Amino acid sequence: MKYFPLILAGLLRKKTRTLLTLLSVVAAFALFGLLDAVRVAFNAPDNVAGIDRLIVASRFSIIQPLPYADYNRIRLLPGVKEVAYANWFGGVYQDPKNFFANMAVSAKSFLDTHPELVMPAAQKAAFLKTRTGAIVGQTLADRFGWKIGDKIPLKATIFPKKDGSNLWTFDLVGIYHTAQPELRGLEQQMFFHYDYFDEARQFGQGTVGWYIVKIADPAHADQMAQTIDHLFANSSNETKTESERQFQLSFAKQIGDIGLIVSAIMGAVFFTLVLLTGNTMAQAFRDRIPELAVMKTLGFSNGAVLRIVLAESVLVLLIGGAGGLVAARTILPVIAAASGGQFDLPMTDRTWLLGLLLMLLIGILVGLPPAWRAMRLKIVDALAGR
Amino acid sequence: MTALVEIRGVSKVYERGAQKVEVLHHVDLDIEEGDFLALMGPSGSGKTTLLNMIAGIDTPTDGTLSVAGRRIDNLSATALARWRAAHVGYIFQFYNLLPMLSAQKNVELPLLLTRLSAAQRRRNAGIALQLVGLADRVSHKPGELSGGQQQRVAIARAIVADPTLLVCDEPTGDLDRQSAEEVLGLLQKLNRQYGKTMIMVTHDPKAAEYAKRVLHLDKGTLVETASA
Ligand SMILES: Nc1ncnc2c1ncn2[C@@H]1O[C@H](COP(=O)(O)OP(=O)(O)OP(=O)(O)O)[C@@H](O)[C@H]1O
Ligand SMILES: [Mg+2]
Repeated sequence: MKYFPLILAGLLRKKTRTLLTLLSVVAAFALFGLLDAVRVAFNAPDNVAGIDRLIVASRFSIIQPLPYADYNRIRLLPGVKEVAYANWFGGVYQDPKNFFANMAVSAKSFLDTHPELVMPAAQKAAFLKTRTGAIVGQTLADRFGWKIGDKIPLKATIFPKKDGSNLWTFDLVGIYHTAQPELRGLEQQMFFHYDYFDEARQFGQGTVGWYIVKIADPAHADQMAQTIDHLFANSSNETKTESERQFQLSFAKQIGDIGLIVSAIMGAVFFTLVLLTGNTMAQAFRDRIPELAVMKTLGFSNGAVLRIVLAESVLVLLIGGAGGLVAARTILPVIAAASGGQFDLPMTDRTWLLGLLLMLLIGILVGLPPAWRAMRLKIVDALAGR
Repeated sequence: MTALVEIRGVSKVYERGAQKVEVLHHVDLDIEEGDFLALMGPSGSGKTTLLNMIAGIDTPTDGTLSVAGRRIDNLSATALARWRAAHVGYIFQFYNLLPMLSAQKNVELPLLLTRLSAAQRRRNAGIALQLVGLADRVSHKPGELSGGQQQRVAIARAIVADPTLLVCDEPTGDLDRQSAEEVLGLLQKLNRQYGKTMIMVTHDPKAAEYAKRVLHLDKGTLVETASA
């Protein structure tokens, strides 16, 4: 720590150069912060609440419904604790631009199988007993300024009512939130009663979109999935059962492998950063060869000189990297506000941690070559300018 | 009683590609404690090479070198660095202060390698700067000082850790007459008043007059001459 003024002096020697380097580090890490938030949101939930859930859907397509009759057969399998079901509704609120997920669910079993959706007991009770009741996530409620007691009209895009009308009106009776910030994406959804939906819709009665199966032992998830698929093998409605995580991943894959894209972009950005700062550090080192030789003459050991030079580049990365992540942290809510809450990407601890790791790694990577050369520097040669 | 510095049969060979050049040939030399030795000789005769070996920043190819009874020719790089920090103050021709640091911080530099507290470091550096007559320049950067002043800061840096030896390689080579005399007077004062053992390489016979003893190097061999 007492070498700190020396390290600082090394950096302040060429202020413009250090500033430019710092700015490129800030830019790179700001981009990292933003993209990693996107990646987290998409790859999302390492939803611990969901590890004991399997999704049973049609083997052929997610939009192919399954008969409601499957419900009891699945429920009676040993190892199954509870079965819920859901059906995609695809309703539009006011304008198609206002997209959000809305679906009909088996209210009680759905809430029982999804403990990560938290809401006051009174609201929960109100939902269970209100046939036309609906619940929405906090983010979604904020986005449209909805309050409990509001009537929410949705225009059906798939399911007209029996009377031919496309207008479905729901009573907002509950607003849920999620405990963990990385699950906040779940707060952008709306759920209402399957019973009400199934009775009122024009076609498709007695079918559900998919089943959600809560199992007793997550360790046997693969086995359970096979058992369920066996049950319906060779029937007219064969199923494909996956863990919820697999299901979400394959759903996200339809959009593209976001994780891969983000990694590729970040790889390119950091590669450039390493080249850029590496070059600057090498230049800074050459300028300071006589100084380093003098320090060694005074009795600074090879190891001390190595550490001082290395500390300089690590410090640049830490300062710039922290600046970049703070910038990203500041920009994310702006994006969220500008998109009306649609892109409300949280910055998780994991991103900070991964960022810190990258700062240290790149700092060492970039600083090691000059630090190594500083360590090997022969005093007499350096003093004589050889 | 053995001498403070004992040099026995020291040779130095540099390899330039396939070619070997012997720069020093079997040098024997004793330097007593409290001596002020001037090393003279033509350019390329090996003065700097010999001085650097006494200062522990270069090692002999052959022979032995002891300071205060301790062999330094066979120390590891780390041990040698530690030895330098404790025993050697080096004064360069071109001062070699760190340009980003104030005079005060430059003088404190060697003390970073000691166990002294920050306050003690500041105080000792202040005393050293006072001794070289620059108490009023502590916060100046090297670029804001004249050549003579910079060299005096460098002298303060060399003495601040109270080393066993002060070695100077043409300390006045870059200075005008007036500043040179100030610097030489200061070195002489350090030798006479504070008993510092001093080894100085110089081209300048006038500078050599300040020493107690003058030795000549010629093509890597010592030739002794008496002096004041
Ligand atoms: N690291 C080295 N590699 C090769 N040759 C060297 C090296 N160091 C010194 N020499 C050579 O050794 C000889 C003596 O060098 P040295 O620097 O000791 O001379 P000097 O007496 O100090 O000369 P000057 O008065 O010019 O400073 C010179 O010929 C020099 O070129
Ligand atoms: Mg020389």
